[in-house]
Amino acid sequence: MTDAPETLAWDSKARRAMTLYLPLCLFIFVLLFPFYWMTVTAFKPDGELYDFANNNPFWVNSPTLAHINKLLFETSYPRWLWTTMMVAFGSTFLSLFASTLAAYAVQRLRFKGSQYVGLGIYLAYLVPPSILFIPLATMVVQLGLFDSPLALILVYPTFLIPFCTWLLIGYFKSIPYELEECALIDGATRLQILTKITLPLAVPGLISAGIFAFTLSWNEFIYALAFIQSSENKTVPVAILTELVTGDVYQWGALMAGSLLGSLPVVIFYSFFVDYYVSSLTGAVKE
Amino acid sequence: MSAAAEPHWVHARKEPTALARFFDNKAVLVIACLFPAVGLLTVFLTYPLGLGVFLAFTDTTIGRRGVWVGLENFQYLASDPIFWGAVFYSVFYTAVATVLKFALGLWLALLLNQHTPFKSLIRAIVLLPWITPTVLTAIAFWWIYDPQFSIISWVFVEALGWRTENFNFLGSEWPARFSLIAANVWRGIPFVAISLLAGLQTISPSLYEAALLDGATPWQRFRYITVPMLLPILAIVMTFSIIFTFTDFQLVYAITRGGPVNSTHILATLAFQRGIPGGQLGEGAAIAVAMIPFLVAATLFSYFALARRKWQQGEGND
Repeated sequence: MTDAPETLAWDSKARRAMTLYLPLCLFIFVLLFPFYWMTVTAFKPDGELYDFANNNPFWVNSPTLAHINKLLFETSYPRWLWTTMMVAFGSTFLSLFASTLAAYAVQRLRFKGSQYVGLGIYLAYLVPPSILFIPLATMVVQLGLFDSPLALILVYPTFLIPFCTWLLIGYFKSIPYELEECALIDGATRLQILTKITLPLAVPGLISAGIFAFTLSWNEFIYALAFIQSSENKTVPVAILTELVTGDVYQWGALMAGSLLGSLPVVIFYSFFVDYYVSSLTGAVKE
Repeated sequence: MSAAAEPHWVHARKEPTALARFFDNKAVLVIACLFPAVGLLTVFLTYPLGLGVFLAFTDTTIGRRGVWVGLENFQYLASDPIFWGAVFYSVFYTAVATVLKFALGLWLALLLNQHTPFKSLIRAIVLLPWITPTVLTAIAFWWIYDPQFSIISWVFVEALGWRTENFNFLGSEWPARFSLIAANVWRGIPFVAISLLAGLQTISPSLYEAALLDGATPWQRFRYITVPMLLPILAIVMTFSIIFTFTDFQLVYAITRGGPVNSTHILATLAFQRGIPGGQLGEGAAIAVAMIPFLVAATLFSYFALARRKWQQGEGND
């Protein structure tokens, strides 16, 4: 809509460079620098890492895979990665299932009080995990799920469902209701309408909700820290902080390699769906 | 032709099975559709919320059911300087980080709204800090803040020669507090910028054209068109930002764990420290419950202070 250049005649090139390109480059530099630093550190041999006098710290003179090698073969990193992946997929699937149905009920079945259910689900998003983790920890222990990834799969939907439902309600709103009316007149049952008309049309919305849910559960930290104790059941963010940070001398190379590898799946996932991401983030805010 | 098609008319529709007819009943379908979401949220969100408030009034520890102790936890906390330190830093952290995030985020949004080459690529890059796991980038910041091998120190001491000794980012009270805020702002800018960018794109260009014809300066156009039109979205984004900054846990836990000398504890990290490794579940729950009034106040503030403007402008109230 506003894609047309907003340049005006008096907007000289030099002025534009100073007010637009320079700050933009600074922003991008600051936002990307920690990733660059992470990558550089992960490939530096230890000798270079702690010797700034003879090496330019911004560059790797003799890149090494030692840190990544150590991470993959001397720690349970693959196992942590696998657990994280399972938890993320499990909770994403569960949340998508529950929130699709809930969003459909709130937005399309229009029963008495459906706005209040919508509002309640929205308010649930405002309850942060930091308030809930202590009572949830006692519940998890009582349910016998302590130290089990299943506890995470069951608990993550508490922050995923509100978000996904909210996003999907907005998406369902954009699908013309007339299509469903036509199907009703043709004698389809409501379940057939949901599975054969609404859901296929809502696939982009489902993808957006899915990638958000996946990213959020990959990033989750406090529940995973509180509910998981044994090393092999930890998720990547928790494991890096609790298993790799040992003693007084931090293995920065391995830590950065772990952070880099732990971020990569999300970044790759993100790069595939970047348009969905941006549009659903902005769409969710507009709702 | 019509004669040949006629038999098909008879068999065209199968009678729906009893199960299908059962699910076609609207009331049944509504309940069935809402059950998974509402069930999960009730069991794992509403119930723990109540349980948390209940635990705050008991002396539960790990492995032992507590008894009702009334306000004892809160009385103890009221006389605990570490708790008040955490309250102070939570408010300070939230206030400073929110102001910086919104100032810089709005600036970035305005820049991104301009016509530049590689526009979509830049937008994609800008979101990276927000999508990568917080703890992992926090560890990167920890390394950037390293007392001996900090890259920032190297630039200032060796490359530029502006300082003679390294920065001690996390070693003492105030530098540690501001270092954490910087890391939080770094992570929060993308979300604010992209959300506000969405708001900027809904503003009709004709408003700016009309203002230009009337001779408005760039500042006047920003002040009297951009800001009022952005306020509704700003209110929502700010509510979220305040809530999630105030209850932040990951960043502080990963970088300082509340140190040095408890100066960077925020309520969530203090609740965790007392509740899980410390075993004092009741006390931890009381600290967590102490966050609720702040959250309600922040929500009401941003709702009434900012969203109010929307109906004053006479827009629809949906």
